[in-house]
Amino acid sequence: MYEFTYHRPATIEDAVRLLKGSEAAKVMSGGQTLIPTLKQRLAQPSDIIDLSGLRNTGVSVSGSTITIKAGTCHAEVAESRDVAKAIPALAALAGLIGDPQVRHKGTLGGSIANNDPAADYPAAVVALNGTVVTTARRIAADQFFTGMFETALDPSEIVTAVEFAVPQRAGYQKFRNPASRYAMVGVFVADHGGGNVRVAVTGAGPCVFRQRDMEAALARSFTPDAVKGIGTDAANLNSDIHASADYRAHLVGVMARRAVEAALAG
Amino acid sequence: MTDTGIGARVARKEDKRFIMGKGRYVDDIHLPRETYAYFLRSPHAHAKIDAIDTTAARAAPGVLAVLTGEDAAADKIGGLICGWMIHSMDGSPMKVGPHPVLAQEKVRYVGDHVAVVVAESLADAKSAAELINVSYSELDPVVDPGEAPGSASLVHDGIERNTVFEWSLGNKEGADAEFAKAAHVTKLEIRNNRLIPNAIEPRAAIGSYDQAEDSFTLYTTSQNPHVARLVISAFVGMAPEHKLRVIAPDVGGGFGSKIFIYAEEVVCLWASKRIGGRPVRWTAERSESFLADAHGRDHVTTAELALNRDGKIQALRVHTIANMGAYLSTFASSIPTYLYATLLSGQYNIPQIYCEVDAVYTNTAPVDAYRGAGRPEATYVVERLVETAARELKIDPAEFRRRNFITQFPHQTPVIMAYDAGDYHASLNRALELADFRGFAARKAESSRNGRLRGIGFSTYIEACGIAPSAAVGSLGCGVGLWESAEVRVNPVGTVEVLTGSHSHGQGHETTFAQLVSDRLGIGLEQVSVIHGDTDKVQFGMGTYGSRSGAVGMSAIAKALDKIEAKARKVAAHVMEAAEGDVEFRNGSFTVKGTDRKMAFGEVALAAYVAHKFPTSEIEPGLKEGAFYDPTNFTFPAGCHICELEVDPETGTVTIARWTAVDDFGTLINPLIVEGQVHGGIAQGVGQALTEGAIYDEESGQLITGSYMDYCMPRAEDLPSFTLGFVETKSPSNPLGMKGCGEAGAIAAPAAVMNALTDALGVRELPMPATPQVVWEAASTRQAAE
Repeated sequence: MYEFTYHRPATIEDAVRLLKGSEAAKVMSGGQTLIPTLKQRLAQPSDIIDLSGLRNTGVSVSGSTITIKAGTCHAEVAESRDVAKAIPALAALAGLIGDPQVRHKGTLGGSIANNDPAADYPAAVVALNGTVVTTARRIAADQFFTGMFETALDPSEIVTAVEFAVPQRAGYQKFRNPASRYAMVGVFVADHGGGNVRVAVTGAGPCVFRQRDMEAALARSFTPDAVKGIGTDAANLNSDIHASADYRAHLVGVMARRAVEAALAG
Repeated sequence: MTDTGIGARVARKEDKRFIMGKGRYVDDIHLPRETYAYFLRSPHAHAKIDAIDTTAARAAPGVLAVLTGEDAAADKIGGLICGWMIHSMDGSPMKVGPHPVLAQEKVRYVGDHVAVVVAESLADAKSAAELINVSYSELDPVVDPGEAPGSASLVHDGIERNTVFEWSLGNKEGADAEFAKAAHVTKLEIRNNRLIPNAIEPRAAIGSYDQAEDSFTLYTTSQNPHVARLVISAFVGMAPEHKLRVIAPDVGGGFGSKIFIYAEEVVCLWASKRIGGRPVRWTAERSESFLADAHGRDHVTTAELALNRDGKIQALRVHTIANMGAYLSTFASSIPTYLYATLLSGQYNIPQIYCEVDAVYTNTAPVDAYRGAGRPEATYVVERLVETAARELKIDPAEFRRRNFITQFPHQTPVIMAYDAGDYHASLNRALELADFRGFAARKAESSRNGRLRGIGFSTYIEACGIAPSAAVGSLGCGVGLWESAEVRVNPVGTVEVLTGSHSHGQGHETTFAQLVSDRLGIGLEQVSVIHGDTDKVQFGMGTYGSRSGAVGMSAIAKALDKIEAKARKVAAHVMEAAEGDVEFRNGSFTVKGTDRKMAFGEVALAAYVAHKFPTSEIEPGLKEGAFYDPTNFTFPAGCHICELEVDPETGTVTIARWTAVDDFGTLINPLIVEGQVHGGIAQGVGQALTEGAIYDEESGQLITGSYMDYCMPRAEDLPSFTLGFVETKSPSNPLGMKGCGEAGAIAAPAAVMNALTDALGVRELPMPATPQVVWEAASTRQAAE
């Protein structure tokens, strides 16, 4: 890696101040994407602002909302009794991310701020109608993920927590990329009651997106059969050596149906 | 059998240090005043080097030297060689392009070594490398081996049609005559996918030059340190052999990729001399391993089988284009020829076989031996054809094989090999039993009820191991003999050191070789040390590959042990005042027939060194013997693997439900280690069939599968628990009756998987790797047709 100045602020205010004071700083949470990038000399930040000193971790439940602080690692979410009780699909999703090392270092905040098109969490944040809490404001999930590796975050804004709406039932199904084990297609289905169903798809396109035809069908009837035959336009999907856009479009349907099955079983 | 002798399931001695993290790999070795090398590699698949400006790099902090191909030429550092001469059908020798240790004039694949920076730290070396300014004129790359002969672009100027050789084996007229009158012909187009070896330890080297002695030491990740020394001395011209010590310490897996002599190890030696003798170290990063380790396989083949009315094979015709990559690696030319076409008879009586192989250059990494080396490619051709023919003729695949099996030994095939022992019916029958073949129909019906497609596939493979009789390989163009050497040193207290030219990089030689000594001398395993991998300790050796270390390496030890026993008997006879003919040796003790006189082996060893009680004019003091062993034939491990799998047609996911392997490896020294070798081999073979495939971009020649993000190694969850069985016909070509077990799994497995998968899907052909997308497409096409 190239040389950079390393900072480990103790408060979020210090972190924002450092970020504002630097031209080319990078914020690091768990470092699971950033460190490999640095090691391969694919990034040359002037400063690294390591958020681990903030100790901004933990899960709390309040009414119909579950709040997970940004620095909480995936393993903690996967093992949280509160999460498992309120939104078992979210705990299951966290347990499917990467490998044990990644799950013990990588964080919720880091994952969504990076917005890798094949990451799992964006699907959960969108389907669970999440609110991303930052140092500056609150951003609705539908506005947060704006494109491939792009979010609504301003350059000096840091994610501090995510609030998830507890649904009546939810399920997540992921078809892994055989090599990387990232989501080649991941579908998170959440039934929030009152005809409010959200279906979020990750891995298939350049950015997480909602499958609104399936949402409408599931709002009428939250059954596996409801999504049968509902296609996804392959034109906007990714195509690579592992999966063509057509195959991804097909898998969206299969994963959505299985996610509904999981939601009904759970 | 003793509890530590031949046939005993002994836990591996060497695992203690590996499990404790105390293994000593090249990268663990640190020498005083060491420096770091970093290689600048070509970003282009094919380009002319117009100029290299190293001025800024040489002035960068910590930099000790920046060297290019011009410097190597000025210092008369020779290029790398290919050690096996192949002649084309027209009698012309293979066309060998230059393979400089640092590129000269052109770069020929992405990752080609262009320059080296030697610096005080790796970071300094990397930063300086970014300051090297190379001006390239890009040329059209040759990527697809099938299109290489017709390409307007030439990888090596002057080597026309990018063709290394056009070689053939067998009788064309004879085979053609059989095809002309065949009742049925089964023909397949087969692509044997390109693989990247991925040993867990990346390649590494430390070169160290001693100014006072004018001698070199190379620490390197090698499967054959003596061969490395020979090549670096005799061909690269670094130093004469007595001035070059090569040490290959613990090595973390090779699978063939560490047989070869690579540019980086040569450059580390040379660079150390250039900077006045400070050691120069280099360890490949994983990205470099992907780019610049020799890859494996990569064949484009058309194959056809001629059959008569009774379903008996009459002839086999094969045409293969073998991708050699940009340069001929150390043994590259032998892999798609004498290690491939010679195995095309499989386990079958095939009266006529004719095979043509066109080897071509492309702008990709060199391709050479990878676990199985030619034999997996041959097995894949034969077993896919046989299975397909059986299906076309509506004959049960097991029955079809039975009709065509070789049953009489020795059996001379039409493609050089003379099989000396085997029982193919026995391994097939045992495998069918262990696989519960009779229950398959019920299991398939059950899968069907769950929306899954179940299939079963066989692979009755054969391989030629115990490589190899020196005169035989010499007559075929090999530049070296393939014997092995051993030395057995008995210490005065009766403990034993075995020095072997074989090299263990995961095979467990420290255990199995000690078991042979324990068996023969009646001493415990803990009293035996196995020493390998250092040219200053072991006089010479040909190394470990081709499943040869048991059949050849241990045979050399056995021969040395014969001499030890003979001499110890003489000493014992004198000490016990008996006639030599009356002395018997059993269970570690010498006894005199008809008396109660007895000496333990250790006591005889001490007597040999004390030398008080025998005439030293007749018997030399001491107890140390050496032997060279040259096998009389290849060995022919064979067996039957049966894969049973299930497909989820909705997603294309393949789950291997059962794996049965019945192998005939001749004598088993340690079944525990043998089973481990089979497990690992199957895993690699399943990897080739389902997950692994090196892909270069057709346009740019960039390696797309350059990391684990895109190159998919098989994982434990991709594999079932294996059911293993053994039949044992002893090899008559070595004193221990061993055949070798290291490659069998990788050879047998791909065909078993693909036969099962095509069975499940009801399709004739399917490419490897059969990834979920490939399987889903096949399943969807099939469903649409129905």
